[in-house]
Amino acid sequence: MTATILAATQRPAQRRWLPLAAIWLALIAAPFWLPLLGGYTALAGKVLVFGLAAMGLNLLLGFTGVLSFGHAAYFGLGAYGAGLMLKYVTDSTLLGVLAGTLLGGFAGMLFGLLIVRRRGVYFAMCTIAFGQIFYYIAYSWNDFTGGFDGLRGFHREPIGFGPLTFDIADGTKFYYFALVVFAIAVGLIGLILKSPFGRTLRAIRENERRARFLGIPVERHIWLSFSISCFFTALAGTLYALLNNFADPLTLHYSLSGYFVIMVVMGGMRAFWGPLLGAAVFVVLQDYISSMTVNWMSFIGLIFMLVVLFFPRGLLGMLRRRSAG
Amino acid sequence: MIELILFNLTNGLIIGAFYVLMALGLSLILNLSNVINFAHGNFLALGGYLAFMLAPVTGYWGALLISPLLAAAIGVVLERLMIHRVYGRDPVYSLLLTFGLAFVMQDAARWYWGPNPLQIDMPDVLKASLSSSLFFITWYRVFMVAIVVATVVGLFAFLRYTRVGLRIRAGTLDLETVAALGVNVKLLRTFNFGLGCLLAGLSGVLATGQLGLNPNMGDDLLMPSFIAIIVGGVGSLAGTLFGGLLIGVAAAVTAAVYPAGSEVVIFVILLLVMLIRPRGLMGEEGMLS
Repeated sequence: MTATILAATQRPAQRRWLPLAAIWLALIAAPFWLPLLGGYTALAGKVLVFGLAAMGLNLLLGFTGVLSFGHAAYFGLGAYGAGLMLKYVTDSTLLGVLAGTLLGGFAGMLFGLLIVRRRGVYFAMCTIAFGQIFYYIAYSWNDFTGGFDGLRGFHREPIGFGPLTFDIADGTKFYYFALVVFAIAVGLIGLILKSPFGRTLRAIRENERRARFLGIPVERHIWLSFSISCFFTALAGTLYALLNNFADPLTLHYSLSGYFVIMVVMGGMRAFWGPLLGAAVFVVLQDYISSMTVNWMSFIGLIFMLVVLFFPRGLLGMLRRRSAG
Repeated sequence: MIELILFNLTNGLIIGAFYVLMALGLSLILNLSNVINFAHGNFLALGGYLAFMLAPVTGYWGALLISPLLAAAIGVVLERLMIHRVYGRDPVYSLLLTFGLAFVMQDAARWYWGPNPLQIDMPDVLKASLSSSLFFITWYRVFMVAIVVATVVGLFAFLRYTRVGLRIRAGTLDLETVAALGVNVKLLRTFNFGLGCLLAGLSGVLATGQLGLNPNMGDDLLMPSFIAIIVGGVGSLAGTLFGGLLIGVAAAVTAAVYPAGSEVVIFVILLLVMLIRPRGLMGEEGMLS
């Protein structure tokens, strides 16, 4: 174990930068190479959005070791927050993004307070149950949220900075807007994980009792980690509403929470970029399968089962293990 | 007015009875194996569909008896095939596995039996009403509640007075010690999983007459069952029983006053309980933590 950590830190600088440069290059060039492989730009946007949501979740799941199976609630709240803001209040896209992020994030903070003392499977169950609240609200409150049909009647507006105005109505332009937001958010997640706070989260993951004896306020850290991860997931949700110009009640449903968790696990939950890889694989597979067969549910379910039974470390986890051993 | 209240109260008790059967099965599996069985609603649907296929051969009563046992047998096979592999691992794996299993089972049911609701032909006795003023109470509903009560009493007696029941209860509190005392924990968990599926299958057969038989009939019952367990207190079967009845009646009474709020009120109860008594109404601190 120590040997692998040493090996990782002693890797030559260029080998550490190479994958990073490759990831960003691939993301920046996606609108150009994706159509050549039969994809489309909106698919790349979906990968970014779900990737961000999964990376936000992974702050909690992979780096704090706490399982939330209800993150769709905060993702959906982000989507509805942005949509409602743009529909009823303002025509500023950025204010919509801000409103959605705050709505989802603060909801997460409040619920976090109630469940932070639960652990393990009990915690997960509470997050599922709480997450469904918003699904039923969006579903029942027809006049305001559009009910089962979802929220329509808003679209992304041009963004103005003083004299400069960016029109993001076009799919490719929106992709780059989303990429900028994604880059800022991912940079923040990276900073958080590198900070003493982030290291403390990993200490809690590795040995909660020991962290407690060292005087670390474990509950407060888990609550903060949960809240921060909700903010990022909500931010991703606002982008999803803008991507589709539509907020869907299914974005609040626990099935989507399950998708987020499988993205994290499939990519590798101990790896920083794992959730993005998992999101890319899952979104592309889902898109392909649902265009091929009406029995897409069976295939998605099988993916879940196969990952759990045969690839529990995820794609990056397996790569890392192979290179280490 | 009195009839309206009575009507909703009976509705609530019946819905609550389904929640109770579902939630007790979930709770059994959760307590002993620390697995949240997302596919529990699909075992319920499976019970209903098996009864649909058996009823023309064995009659309604035979189907009522056999199909829960078949659902339990399928549950045991699936537990041996895959679910036992995630025992003791990070809870994320058990959740993902049963989540995937739920998708496959639901899709398989839709593929095999079709997406449209099916019906089981019931004996005429059960179709009749008790009286003309109480037209909404059919014998079927009385019968259903009686079966649920008998099942719950039977389950609690089984857990209280038999050796296996004692082991299940002991395993809930401290599985390691139970294993150290020489109990075959592997077998115990498999049996326990089957028992949970049996309850789901039974509620599936009963639910066909009430909720209709369709591939996702269990979905609407799953979330209230989770909430019944949390409200009642994780680790306490009596709590689950009480929680299920409570939210069933609360939802039905709200439905009479303000129909749109009937599902939200369940969550209001959940929030209140988590605020005032986080361990649940009858739960003990420190369960599953």
